Amino acid sequence: MSGQVYPKDTQTLPGLQLEKVDDRIMTLNVGPQHPGSGHMRIILKVDGDYIVHCDPDPGYVHRGEEKMAEYRNYITNIPHLERPVIHDSCNILYPYCLGVEELLGLEVPERAKYLRVIAAELNRCVYTEYWLGIYGIFLGHSTMFMWPVGDRELMIDLLDKMTGARVTHAYFVPGGVRNDVPANFEDVCLRQVNYFEKRLKEYADVFYDNPILISRTKDTGVLSREDAIKLGTTGSVLRASGVDFDIRKKEPYDVYEELDFQTNVLKEGDSYARSKIPWLDMLESCNIIRNALKKMPKSGSVRVKLKPKPKGGDTEVYRRVESGRGALGMHIVSDGKPQPYRIKINVPSFRNLIAMPHLLTGEKLGNLPPVYWSLNYWPVEADR
Amino acid sequence: MSVIAPKFRLGYLIKGLTDNIFWIIVILTLVGLPVVQIVLIYIDFPIIDGEIWNPFRVLDAMTHPERALPLVKSFMQTDFFKVAAFPGFGFAALIAAATIFVERKLLAKLQLRVGPFYCGKVEGILQLMADGLKLISKEIIIPAKADKPLFWAAPVLFAATAGAFVALIPVAPGWVVADIDLGLLAVFAVIGFFPIITIVSAWSANSKFPFIGGIRALYQMVSFEIPLILSLLGIVMLTGTLNLVEIVESQASFPWIIFMPIGAIVFFICILAELERIPFDLPEAESEIVAGWLTEFSGMMYGLVQLGSYLKLYAFAALFVVLFLGGWNGPWFYPMEPIAEVITDGVVLMPGALTLEIEGGLLFSQEMINGLIWFVLKTVGVILVILIPRGVFPRIRIDLLLQIGWYKLIMLAFVNIFIALALVYSGIIGPGGIL
Repeated sequence: MSGQVYPKDTQTLPGLQLEKVDDRIMTLNVGPQHPGSGHMRIILKVDGDYIVHCDPDPGYVHRGEEKMAEYRNYITNIPHLERPVIHDSCNILYPYCLGVEELLGLEVPERAKYLRVIAAELNRCVYTEYWLGIYGIFLGHSTMFMWPVGDRELMIDLLDKMTGARVTHAYFVPGGVRNDVPANFEDVCLRQVNYFEKRLKEYADVFYDNPILISRTKDTGVLSREDAIKLGTTGSVLRASGVDFDIRKKEPYDVYEELDFQTNVLKEGDSYARSKIPWLDMLESCNIIRNALKKMPKSGSVRVKLKPKPKGGDTEVYRRVESGRGALGMHIVSDGKPQPYRIKINVPSFRNLIAMPHLLTGEKLGNLPPVYWSLNYWPVEADR
Repeated sequence: MSVIAPKFRLGYLIKGLTDNIFWIIVILTLVGLPVVQIVLIYIDFPIIDGEIWNPFRVLDAMTHPERALPLVKSFMQTDFFKVAAFPGFGFAALIAAATIFVERKLLAKLQLRVGPFYCGKVEGILQLMADGLKLISKEIIIPAKADKPLFWAAPVLFAATAGAFVALIPVAPGWVVADIDLGLLAVFAVIGFFPIITIVSAWSANSKFPFIGGIRALYQMVSFEIPLILSLLGIVMLTGTLNLVEIVESQASFPWIIFMPIGAIVFFICILAELERIPFDLPEAESEIVAGWLTEFSGMMYGLVQLGSYLKLYAFAALFVVLFLGGWNGPWFYPMEPIAEVITDGVVLMPGALTLEIEGGLLFSQEMINGLIWFVLKTVGVILVILIPRGVFPRIRIDLLLQIGWYKLIMLAFVNIFIALALVYSGIIGPGGIL
């Protein structure tokens, strides 16, 4: 067992705690320039085909969103706070708007609440379809890359009609939504959502019931119920491990308590269950959208009038919502000025990343893509 | 809404075709004719029988059907033509190129998109040419610590070995480059070269991801060669020969797939694994090991490996046709009329000056054309079946792959051998059998 000491300079880098390893073990840098890494690096040590150590190294796309928010007032913060995850931009603005409304004491009109729910659920579908496409291509299933990315256009088209922008909507504002929807929106929305649901069910034939996919992802990267709670995971990862936790049910915001829907929970906790939960959530989102369209007031204002530079009191608020990846919270501290004193975004991606070394240690190298991407991790959001 | 490519219209097709023809004519006249004129200035015309043989007379003499056809036919009987053009490399490369294009369009239809569309104006038919041009014009980058001679040699060896594989395939009666008695054994020998080339390229690149990919390819190819060889032993028992031409001739009344469906299935799965196609594309698994053993190849080195792998695809599909689907045997398209076109005299190239002495021989018999059509039809069908899993399956994991190879396929191959033994010993088929 001849030991090998790695060069000194690499030891000083954060995230690179390398000690003496013997010659059998090879270090692999998966990323940041790697088709299977995303905007991050995973430092793997492999013994043959087995991963003996895994060290995720995020931070390549850190943009200082939280610091930037301290220099802008509550209204001008809207367009840039959605940048960490542009595919789910309504859901990342949701806790911000809820928090600011609490700070400023605003009452949101009823129609705006329903429009928010519809936009948030459409956006959850947009995000999850993108995520599912990448999950497909990570497993070498190119049809499962093209189909979700193509079907995602249906939802993007609806959001385009609602908000005027395809991806970065900046639709939610404190006190409601930016604008009302066009006249024929409800019919178009109903038609496209129904077609979308039909397409989603076809994914089962080609992907979720595929024997090779099942043989590959069943019983790989199993996260037990206790570990999932202990590690602090959230969202689909938590629900795939058998914990029934959904912010929309547990701490209902806006009109979610008036809508009829259920949360999806699977008990297995393996990467197959983790990949299936978002798909089931999308099917549930279709129900929520249809439900909300039925109950939505047909007319009314969608926004309360705001002063140019609204000021909050000397308090702080913390609100969280269920985003496409899990519980997304925002802690807003106000010191009575037009600008927030501090905004802390509590992102689900970073919390799910913590489970990664736990799951990958001892797995085979071939299990890296399904386990990594089943954690519902969005590198840009984790770095903020 | 997203941008959707325009639908197919006959007008666009005609416009695209006429555009292409227009540019061909323009380039030929503007470039070709001046070149011919410049060449003619420097050439002295020969004088034969008191007449000046200018190029137009030579051209006239050459293209006269009486002289040109025998000339072409005599050329077609040379070994060079067989190796380079028809049953050999040229034919295989043509089918390989068509395969790449069909694969892209087929996969696109499966995935609700259009595939190559703009290049060449007509459904993207020139996309392949553009890709080839791009690969040729790219810089070839070699890793600093690579073993350079081996690294250079690997793609060339890969394409050459695939070409050697193609040479063993009988395409039509009498049309095979290398008609050897131990043909099937030669096929096994050629297949045995591929893992060596793969590990040579992976090792010589001196990089981590190619190394892992090369080891994976080695595992995969070696463990799937055993069921591949075992699945073909049944046919050898029934026919009593290793010669591929004789194996095809033995299937004149029925193809072997009727008696050995298990062997055919095992052989087909082994083909997928040997070709590194999805679901068995572990050596090139993108999301795990970048591009596997191809990671460090760039430019035309990568192009050569791609050419080699598609030649290999054609050769394996053709081997499946030859062994299980009856090769060129098939019903006649039209009533048989023997054409005895034998050239015995020499061909007069220039009256009074040049006579080409050639051997006589039968060229385009109806048998050959009929057989070739059947062979190509069957091969294209097998290639399509090989292509489709790419749109349906995800990638399998290495331990599951080895499990399939060593447990299930070898077991099934032995079942196939026992079926063949039963058929031989019961006297139904085989040497001296009823059928």
